[in-house]
Amino acid sequence: MNDNVEIAVDVRDAIKRYGDFTALQQISLSIRDNEFFTLLGPSGCGKTTLLRMIAGFEDVTEGGIYLFGDEIKTLPPHKRPVNTVFQNYALFPHMTVLENVGFGLEMKGSSRKDAAKRAAEMLELVQLSQFAKRKPAQLSGGQQQRVALARALAPSPKVLLLDEPLSALDLKLRKAMQIELKHIQRETGITFIFVTHDQEEALTMSDRIAVMSAGELQQLGAPRDIYELPRNMFVADFIGDTNLLEVSVDKIEGGRAQCHIGGGHELICDAVDGVNVGAKVHLSVRPERLVLSDQASDGNSLKGTVTENIYIGTDISTMLDLEDGPKITVRTSNTERGNKRLIQPGSPAFVNMEAGAARLLVD
Amino acid sequence: MSAKTDVRTYAGFRAMTLLCLFILYAPLVVVTIYSFNASRSLTVWEGLSLRWYADVFVGPESAKFQQAAINSFSIAIIAATVATTIALAAATAIVRGGKFRLRAPSFGLITLPIMVPEIVLAVATLIFFNSIGFTRGYMTILVAHIAFCIPFAYLPIQARMQGIEDTYEHAAMDLYATKAQAFRRILLPLMMPGIISGFLLAFIVSLDDFIITNFVKGAGIETLPTAIFGSVKQGLKPNIMAISTMLLGLSVVMVTISYFASKWDNTK
Repeated sequence: MNDNVEIAVDVRDAIKRYGDFTALQQISLSIRDNEFFTLLGPSGCGKTTLLRMIAGFEDVTEGGIYLFGDEIKTLPPHKRPVNTVFQNYALFPHMTVLENVGFGLEMKGSSRKDAAKRAAEMLELVQLSQFAKRKPAQLSGGQQQRVALARALAPSPKVLLLDEPLSALDLKLRKAMQIELKHIQRETGITFIFVTHDQEEALTMSDRIAVMSAGELQQLGAPRDIYELPRNMFVADFIGDTNLLEVSVDKIEGGRAQCHIGGGHELICDAVDGVNVGAKVHLSVRPERLVLSDQASDGNSLKGTVTENIYIGTDISTMLDLEDGPKITVRTSNTERGNKRLIQPGSPAFVNMEAGAARLLVD
Repeated sequence: MSAKTDVRTYAGFRAMTLLCLFILYAPLVVVTIYSFNASRSLTVWEGLSLRWYADVFVGPESAKFQQAAINSFSIAIIAATVATTIALAAATAIVRGGKFRLRAPSFGLITLPIMVPEIVLAVATLIFFNSIGFTRGYMTILVAHIAFCIPFAYLPIQARMQGIEDTYEHAAMDLYATKAQAFRRILLPLMMPGIISGFLLAFIVSLDDFIITNFVKGAGIETLPTAIFGSVKQGLKPNIMAISTMLLGLSVVMVTISYFASKWDNTK
């Protein structure tokens, strides 16, 4: 890692247990200053628990949490210079929007007047100045979401924690808010730690993503790495759609691995640390990286029979049964060129793989 | 609701309803009407008059009623205030205190006095005061009232508090508020409707109480209910109907305020 990059939040061997149940199993990760960092995983994977541990609402059973080098795990929430945007926003219902946004500053010791002034500035940032005097119940969900954001940003926290803040919004609004959040993060330069179970949201917004499952960190990396180079079955399967094929590794030579799948189909792909000759592992290949053709290509090419074409708007999804082997799905973009490649169900077809499309998985 | 399950289709529904309403309210209606009677008689109507209302304030028994009213109202205000404060603390502990071991018994203990026959409470309180040598008088009434008002103040407060998610307090603490600040700035204002409702209920229960008061009051001190009872024992006069009607009116007003306070939403 680059030495110039300061670490905002450092989680070191953090473990969280509730009685016999272990919610987090020894997680270590370093979140850089100014980055948009996402904790991604299905419900119950421990991502929210980790966020609440950073905020101070959950104790750390073992290990440590450091904020810009300072140990914070023993500090109560009100002494931690981090703020949270809660999933249900938790706007104070008896206060006006302006009072809500100014609350943190007032508690930090600003005068009521200064707090109101800064709160008004924050409302401008989220374009809600005209609603300052309203109560939260009089706002729409999207507006409440922006008030919650302004309230959390107003005291200039060192790190902003966001607990699935967009999950209650409808799709259109959610997409708009994703972009707005990203802009606000860049403008303010504050480190954002964002929790979500929506992989598309994570890919869209994040600088880096930590994929979690069953209380463990599965993979940490930039969105492109997570999507293109998944480390294991869980990550490959959770992020986007993929074909998972069981393969046996026959030969590894010059960074390339030669494998075969059921039915004797041969494949060549990049070798991966931890996968050795003779291993039976899974191979992940994204449907959009496969090309449907009536002719075999020079590279990896699998023969099969088309069983179904499914129209899904932007793409056409084609299912095939490979000869003596597994099923596979191919995505063809819904363009003139793409549509020409389509093959009717029942007809034989070749599935050609772009170079580097297939990825061996460690487990 | 389908026609088959509508309670109005049950045989005898109308008659039963009217009978119940009659038994409940006929005496109150009669007392209210006859309190405006010009006659000395309790049963013969001789025309509309405010004579007996005047009698309550300036008549031969007015001094007694006045002192009793002062006692009743001062006791009710102090007892309701103290009981509401205790109930608020108890509700905070029981609703917000997490899962402590004696949570269920605590809730049972605090609301039990509503279920116990009042005469039992009265006797027990009297014996208790006697055994510790507490001289009967204003203070014994006050202490007893505080005690039995607590559950009445507690229930609306608890109901309100259970409806308030603890994420509001979390959000406050996340925004640099201490526990005490989160309580004062967030929880307390949100609970205010429940607190007002609980206070008014406790106030009315204290103002109305006869049995316990009569046991613990001692000689020479009266509250409105014991004064009315004493007066009735010497013969029923229409001034009792006037004073009862005024108390009834006050109760209706307080209970109505209490009801609307509990429904009041300070978030709109």
